[in-house]
Amino acid sequence: MSFQFESVASFIAMNGHGSFVWAAYGITFAVLAYLLISPLLQQRQFFRTQKRLMRIARK
Amino acid sequence: MAWQWFHRLGSPRWFYEKTQPWLAWLALLTLVLLVVGSTWALGFAPVEAKQGNSYRIIYIHVPASFLALAGYYIMAVSGAVGLIWKMKLPYMVMKSAAPIGAALTFVALITGSIWGKPTWGTWWEWDARITSMLLLLFLYLGIIALQQAFHSRDTADKASAILALVGTVNIPIIYKSVDWWYTLHQPATLKFIGESAIHSSMLYPLLVMIAGFYCFYALALLLYTRAEILRREHRTQWVADLVGKFAKGVQ
Repeated sequence: MSFQFESVASFIAMNGHGSFVWAAYGITFAVLAYLLISPLLQQRQFFRTQKRLMRIARK
Repeated sequence: MAWQWFHRLGSPRWFYEKTQPWLAWLALLTLVLLVVGSTWALGFAPVEAKQGNSYRIIYIHVPASFLALAGYYIMAVSGAVGLIWKMKLPYMVMKSAAPIGAALTFVALITGSIWGKPTWGTWWEWDARITSMLLLLFLYLGIIALQQAFHSRDTADKASAILALVGTVNIPIIYKSVDWWYTLHQPATLKFIGESAIHSSMLYPLLVMIAGFYCFYALALLLYTRAEILRREHRTQWVADLVGKFAKGVQ
């Protein structure tokens, strides 16, 4: 098993298929990242809202 | 006694507390598998004789499609469990599976479209496999819409579960579409029985990527379900205690 490309430039170009391959990978990993960040933000938002409600309830 | 684990599994609090320590490990495993798999797929797997380098899209297209389908089963089975045993947690899992499944189906369609351009010379074709996958995306979006369409939580969950169960009809159609209507989409690369239509030097990175996507799916489903548990259980004492800890800056 060895690296299939002679240079970094040819790795990026992928014999003319570079734009297709890199676009597909870029979109995929952007979506995957969103799927992890989104629930974490929801959770943080939940705690912040509840904290505020708790303070109001105490007053 | 034998059913005790089942009832415990149905407890949102038990689920929330038990899954906490898994998250970091699952995240680490997902990261390692996806980084190793992508590097292998992009740089080290041999070039395909007919399609050239564009075939490297298979390493994200196939795992995303696998999980788009497997995720539908998870959603439908959770819905069925919720309907039959009237448990709260399965409905939360069902609701959480919908956005993840929709996003992965979208990824499968978009990567297929990008792959289709250099390979078939077209971005889109109303081929049986592609059309049935588009239907899957609409089913996921339908569940998301139904969840928001009712004021009553219970009605929304029941309606979503029924739609999810009816929609399972589409799953075998997707699997078999490449055999029944042999049009444009290539037949399955991986076979459970018999030899796969792919050389081992190309197969191993694909298996790493599939494992990585499965771990990713498990992680995303846990995170969405945990957020959903907090929202639905916000009136309970244990969630109030968590909020108290958060307010003190412990969490």
